Amino acid sequence: MVTVGLAHYLVVAALLLVIGIFGIFLNRKNVIVIMMSIELILLAANINFIAFSAALHDMVGQVFAMFVLSVAAAEAAIGLAIVVVYFRNRGSIEVDDVTLMKG
Amino acid sequence: MIADIAFYVFAAILLISACMVITARNSVHSVLFLILAFINAAALFVLAGAEFLAMVLVIVYVGAVAVLFLFVVMMLDVDFAALREGFQRYAPLGLTIGFILMVEVGLTVIDWSVASGAHFVRLAPMPAHLSNTAALGDLIYTHYMFAFELVALLLLIAMVGAIVLTHTDRRGPRRQNIETQHERRIDETLTMVTIEFGSGAKRISAQSGKEIG
Repeated sequence: MVTVGLAHYLVVAALLLVIGIFGIFLNRKNVIVIMMSIELILLAANINFIAFSAALHDMVGQVFAMFVLSVAAAEAAIGLAIVVVYFRNRGSIEVDDVTLMKG
Repeated sequence: MIADIAFYVFAAILLISACMVITARNSVHSVLFLILAFINAAALFVLAGAEFLAMVLVIVYVGAVAVLFLFVVMMLDVDFAALREGFQRYAPLGLTIGFILMVEVGLTVIDWSVASGAHFVRLAPMPAHLSNTAALGDLIYTHYMFAFELVALLLLIAMVGAIVLTHTDRRGPRRQNIETQHERRIDETLTMVTIEFGSGAKRISAQSGKEIG
């Protein structure tokens, strides 16, 4: 077994990113699962930040990861609010119907 | 050695639960696997030495965001079976793109190196005598104060936006109206009458106090 280093974290983050993007394609209709996939992608980015921060002994990576966390939380709140309003108006959350929102 | 084993265990659970998030039939299960993924990611953060962010991940994500997801999934009466139509149809395309992306990212991960002078241009080298939380606090309350306040403002805007979007003015139940309560005067509500013996009950108008007949 190889000692865990930066490369291991990068591989995990890369796989997580690919899983997240695959999730967007797989659940084309379900907005909520798409948003969960976006959360996974952002988590992959955070793992990269933390891994590089630990490898280079630089705190700035962790600061930036904290900002990414906050932005992701804000995004989830606003996105879910839009989903709730959309469901209240149309009674469905199918992504295909959202094209009707075009003016 | 134990840390290495822990890394492999947490990473494996993280990836498996991430797969379960995107493939689960029930969206509630997806959210629960998302929570599992976040907890394992927090464990990876601890292994990498970022304790504060690990705790923030558990508190903010598991405590707030995932519960918000759970709340929305359970509140909306959505037919999740219908939303899974086309699951097989999109799978080949998604697998193709995912595979291409994985190869590209994999090439990047395999063949790279830290630039030789990178250690000399670090913005904030980790102080040896401080804990992770103290070091992070030293940084965000000094050099990154402006960005930190901007993020706080962003969260405030997100909160206001979410409330504005989802707030509806309900007209159903009767509400207390303090102004009308305070502006009532005694002669609008109360009428003193003297009733003669034997005259019986008569209807009285509230405004004038006169007998209506």
